Amino acid sequence: MSTGTELVAATAVLAAGTFAFRFAGPVLRSRVTLPVRAERLLGVAVVVLLAALVATSALTQGHGFAGTARPAGVAVGALCAWRRAPFLVVVLAAAATTAVLRLLGAS
Amino acid sequence: MRSIWRTKKLPTRHLARDIALVCAADAVVGASFGAITVGLGLPAWLPMLLSVVVFAGAAQFLFVGLVAAGGSPIAAVAAGLLVNARHVPFGFAVGDVLGTGWLRRVVGSHLMVDETVAFTLAQHEPARRRRAYWLCGTGLFLSWNAGVVLGTYGGQAIGDTDALGLDAAFPAVLLALLLPSLGTPPTRRAALAGVLIALAATPFLPAGLPVLLALAGVAAAGAGRTGDRAGARDPR
Repeated sequence: MSTGTELVAATAVLAAGTFAFRFAGPVLRSRVTLPVRAERLLGVAVVVLLAALVATSALTQGHGFAGTARPAGVAVGALCAWRRAPFLVVVLAAAATTAVLRLLGAS
Repeated sequence: MRSIWRTKKLPTRHLARDIALVCAADAVVGASFGAITVGLGLPAWLPMLLSVVVFAGAAQFLFVGLVAAGGSPIAAVAAGLLVNARHVPFGFAVGDVLGTGWLRRVVGSHLMVDETVAFTLAQHEPARRRRAYWLCGTGLFLSWNAGVVLGTYGGQAIGDTDALGLDAAFPAVLLALLLPSLGTPPTRRAALAGVLIALAATPFLPAGLPVLLALAGVAAAGAGRTGDRAGARDPR
């Protein structure tokens, strides 16, 4: 396994790179005035990214399928959100469904 | 059918409570991160250092997993950076809420995580968006790091957080916040295309890349009529 010094260096590089990713948008967009169309596309891009995050984190684990318990829980949460249940209900229903299914032996 | 999508707003008075719920859930996940990392045989300072300076859950789990499995630190950094690259488009889209001044931009940028962006997206007025961003960002930073410290030193008490179903909470949180923004057909088309691309790519590509490829779905938004309000919030 890596030495302590290697781990510190790796953490520093990951932190610096991640910060650069986060910092790029706020700094660059303050220097240029984006056309309205570009602003709209950025709004869509964030929705698309978050939707893809929802789908991959709900349905996949590593390179495969996430099993049944987690997708089922997220589906129940989605149904609650669709029916305009309060945020609290959505999140707790998703977690509780998954927890109960696992308790019953689902993967 | 369509009216369901239209105008579900997150009530402002519930904002702090909703954020507190997400902070509590993330604190437990943070505790599991600390416990798992030391359980893998890595030093106790590593999960705490990563959580303060990187502050990105998925990348942190991936990083310690690869390092503990004997992978090279360079490969672990590359994998973590790939997962975190989505912050570039995030920053362009929500960068306006950080305000002006270098200190606000530096601190605000560091607080940019999925949940912060999603809570901001769910708000419409500039003042509310700013409030959501900073409240969620600082709340998550504090709760995540507190959770990691507790998990690192009290790891055995944490057990398996999968039993609590918290892995289902993260997508549910993002989905609940995202739903109101799916108000227009072009945005829905783009989101659906992005989801299909990401799911199709997941079996074959390293973590992080499928989500970035999903951005190609944005093209599907432009395929229809123009004049729709993208993202269901006011561009300024």
